[in-house]
Amino acid sequence: MGIVIKDFSLAFEKKTFIQHLNITFETGKITCLLGPSGVGKSSLLRAIAKLYTRDDIVELSGSLTTDDTAYMAQTDLLLPWLTVLENALLGSKLRGNISAHEKQKAIALLTEVGLEKNLKDYPSTLSGGMRQRVALVRTFLENKPIVLMDEPFSALDAITRLKLQDIAAKLLKGKTVLLVTHDPLEALRLADIVYVLSGLPAQLGEPIIPPGHAPRSTTEPEVLLLQGKLLKQLEGL
Amino acid sequence: MKFLRLIIIAIVLLLLWQAIVSIFSLPTYILPGPFLVIHTWFAQAGLLWSQTQSTLAETLMGLFFGTLSGIAGALILAFFRPARLWLMPVLVISQAIPTFAIAPLLVVWFGYGEASKVITAMIMIFFPITSSFYDGLRRTPRAWLDLASSMGASSWSMLWHIRIPSALPNLASGLRVATAIAPIGAIIGEWVGSSHGLGFLMLNANGRLEIDLMFAALFSITLITLILYYTVDHLLRRFIFWAKED
Repeated sequence: MGIVIKDFSLAFEKKTFIQHLNITFETGKITCLLGPSGVGKSSLLRAIAKLYTRDDIVELSGSLTTDDTAYMAQTDLLLPWLTVLENALLGSKLRGNISAHEKQKAIALLTEVGLEKNLKDYPSTLSGGMRQRVALVRTFLENKPIVLMDEPFSALDAITRLKLQDIAAKLLKGKTVLLVTHDPLEALRLADIVYVLSGLPAQLGEPIIPPGHAPRSTTEPEVLLLQGKLLKQLEGL
Repeated sequence: MKFLRLIIIAIVLLLLWQAIVSIFSLPTYILPGPFLVIHTWFAQAGLLWSQTQSTLAETLMGLFFGTLSGIAGALILAFFRPARLWLMPVLVISQAIPTFAIAPLLVVWFGYGEASKVITAMIMIFFPITSSFYDGLRRTPRAWLDLASSMGASSWSMLWHIRIPSALPNLASGLRVATAIAPIGAIIGEWVGSSHGLGFLMLNANGRLEIDLMFAALFSITLITLILYYTVDHLLRRFIFWAKED
């Protein structure tokens, strides 16, 4: 089913950020929403993740239909009182159903992202890149058909970011992913479809389909050319 | 270095004290010198220790029950809206009543024995524990709660796995304050009416102008307060290791 959005509007304190949005994000594809800060892309993602409660001052209307979602935020949100392994297994822990199988899977994934020596470490002893890798594994272990990511790598340095994008591309293959970012290169490396979100209320641009498969190389001329174009476009907003 | 500095400060203060006593040749029933007090402390070690035991027991029990009720109070305030609206003002008002003023009443109600001292200590530490823990429970980072709810956590599970651990550093600072004032609660209770304890000993020694014994008792109180405080502080640092250092 993917994510089906019909006649969706979102307003904060009388300011309408999204109005009458109609779009379907395809199953099994990585879709990137690219746009400047404050355009409402994170709010849209939070709405899809159903994170707004009655206490929030946000006004929502229209319909959002999705399968179960897993959500990954800008910061790693690791709990400082849990070890790397416990943090990766947080979802099962919260639902009270940690199994030996789940634990094995977590260890295997943490090994795959190069953290096999850090299973018993606490987050405060890890670098930003390592922490975000744990967060990635935690998101992936939720095993939901849809993964929502809100600028997951924006706090990292350029090299670490590239490495994590490679890991993410590998882990997320086959999932329906909606990734919000303000980094054109990130969008072009990971996405099957890129939309530029701009204006108030925000408008979706024409879909851009980068050639080849994720993770695309940073040295591919076509990627770089598209990045240049997107940067120019974002500059003009 | 920190320890050395403490010792230097203590020695300088003691010498200053002795100097004042020597220069003004004060009689021992006004102000005994520190060396006499130290001498009395050793000479009366048996008496002091027996009284310290009762004061320490009252303090520890007050600390234990005060902490338990403080934690319960914070949980109730955080999770029952009516309790927050109706109980919070009562708590604040209760803090405006000086404990000293109601201590005699507590002796009338709960008797001459340990109970009234334990309750005085409890009343003194209930508020710092409740208010610090409640503060922590209210300020769970929103993003953690979002993450947990996106993972399908029940509100009970969120409380147990996220909100309480995230509030523990706040509880720890309340507990430090409580540890420092719990002995005061016990002593106040003993002053008002008792037949044992360091507070009782101080009052008696004062009445008989045995000021050296009074100071020796005071020294004992200071010592158990310091030992208690640093023990609790050490345990808290060890078990609530994610608390940020100031």
